Amino acid sequence: MNFLPYIGKRLLQLLPVLFGISLVVFVLVHLIPGEPADVLLGQHATPAMVKVVNHRLGLDRPLWVQYFSFLSRTLHGSLGISFYNKVPVTSLINGRLLVTVMLLTGGILFSLMISVPLAVLAASKRGGARDQFVRGVPVVGLGMPQVWTGIMLILLFGLHFRFFPVGGFGDTFPAHVKSIILPALTIAIGLSPILIRSLRASMLEILDADYILTARVKGISQTRITVVHVLRNAVIASVTVLGLNIAYLVGSTVIIERVFAIAGTGSLMIDAISQRDYPVVQGVTLFFAIIVVVVNLLTDITHAALDPRVALK
Amino acid sequence: MKKKSLTLYAGLTILGLIILAAVFAPWIFHFDPNEQDLLSSLAKPSSHHWLGTDELGRDVLTRLIYGARVDLTIGFLAVLLPFIVGVFLGLVTGWYGGRLDQIVMRIVDTVIAFPFFVLAIGMVFILGPGIKSIVVTITLVGWVSYCRIVRAAVLVAKAQDYVHAAKLTGLPTARILRRHLLPNVISQAIVFSMSDIVLSILAIVSLGYLGLGVPVPTAEWGSMIQEGQAYILSQWWMSTIPGLMVVIVGFSLSLIGDGLVARLER
Repeated sequence: MNFLPYIGKRLLQLLPVLFGISLVVFVLVHLIPGEPADVLLGQHATPAMVKVVNHRLGLDRPLWVQYFSFLSRTLHGSLGISFYNKVPVTSLINGRLLVTVMLLTGGILFSLMISVPLAVLAASKRGGARDQFVRGVPVVGLGMPQVWTGIMLILLFGLHFRFFPVGGFGDTFPAHVKSIILPALTIAIGLSPILIRSLRASMLEILDADYILTARVKGISQTRITVVHVLRNAVIASVTVLGLNIAYLVGSTVIIERVFAIAGTGSLMIDAISQRDYPVVQGVTLFFAIIVVVVNLLTDITHAALDPRVALK
Repeated sequence: MKKKSLTLYAGLTILGLIILAAVFAPWIFHFDPNEQDLLSSLAKPSSHHWLGTDELGRDVLTRLIYGARVDLTIGFLAVLLPFIVGVFLGLVTGWYGGRLDQIVMRIVDTVIAFPFFVLAIGMVFILGPGIKSIVVTITLVGWVSYCRIVRAAVLVAKAQDYVHAAKLTGLPTARILRRHLLPNVISQAIVFSMSDIVLSILAIVSLGYLGLGVPVPTAEWGSMIQEGQAYILSQWWMSTIPGLMVVIVGFSLSLIGDGLVARLER
């Protein structure tokens, strides 16, 4: 009953954030030293030529006019034309989208495969030896730089055992999958310490709940309680935690793509920066921020759908 | 309870040893971290060069310890400013609420929407690579966590009797905030700052790896990892050891954080 107004409220809260994002992205690019005309024309630009180019790009208009034209253009689904490649930024992003999507899905899958069993193991006996061990994992894992984890995985599984390619993305879908495993695992190793901590805490909280006591009194086995009652609720918890960390996940793809020499959206941004390709930098930054906002919204809605108490708050 | 103190002291000892080695590096190591010796480049570990040399013949162990100076200093510095800004804003927004709170919270939402590295790369692009842009970037993003932590704690503390009592005695607001509220709400922020230092060191290392961090030839763990990647087949330790240093530092800070939690819970 309270569900629809809740979605409405969340969407309304989104407006100032989207406005803020567009402002940050716009200002970010305008703060970059040097003029786009210099990049486009090269060293031999005359002031007259610069003026023509600035006029063509609309850079001679007042800032607020430029901002609103940027805003209306973006709302119409256009992110501008790349200075360097002379193609629409959206098509550049589209071309790299598969890598990013596969990295994110793979990273999330591996994170769950690592953290859910470990959290179950830890929560099965609070304070026991297994719990102590699992609690130690984040202590070590949190301090591992992802660039380093990636290189260590390359060293072990790419060069020593030769299970996986050491870099690149391959040409066929099976090759894509094979090339994405180590990068996705790197992301998962970085994310799991955070997941394990919150999952363990929420599972322990669930185990203390009255309905678990009821289940025990009814004589249901511990395994069944863990799997049916605790785990199902823990999945809700992990959806939330994953949603909260989506920005971290998206951000790490930028670095991981570099380590494994994969041409995804992140490396598109880094390349665009070295080429001073402003529209691309702007477009990719906006694209990343929108992913984060949309995923956060979906997480909240899913959470509210799974747990009616959320919408009531 | 005793075991928890052990955690704190173990963490402090490990970190202390690394800091001592970094501070007294010029007296402990007889190599210069930037001195090139092309005749003995890529040397294997030996009694002369304990961890071998890099592609320019620089002693890897020396660079590793000098790297601690850079990474730890920036790591601590980059947490100090966000801590101050975030705690202040958290106190004020939590206490006054209203319009100001609304505005700050929407700014928080906006900052959170950007993946850190995306924003960081953009900022380094604007400010140019270097220590200053790293500190500025981490400050711009990092205050958000402290603000949320302290704001939440203030909202809880505000409703408690000691705050009401302080209000009733007619103390000025600034004094209530500073003397009564702050000591009670700051502990969580301090605990978080321990893992935040780890996060900021990770950020520095990653930016260094991407070539957007501390400019060469300054020894820094991230750029050392990156330089070693090219020689991973023959000199695997070149990338491995700097990364291990980060893990050890992170481990010691986690221990300190856990120890602090135990202390504060008492």
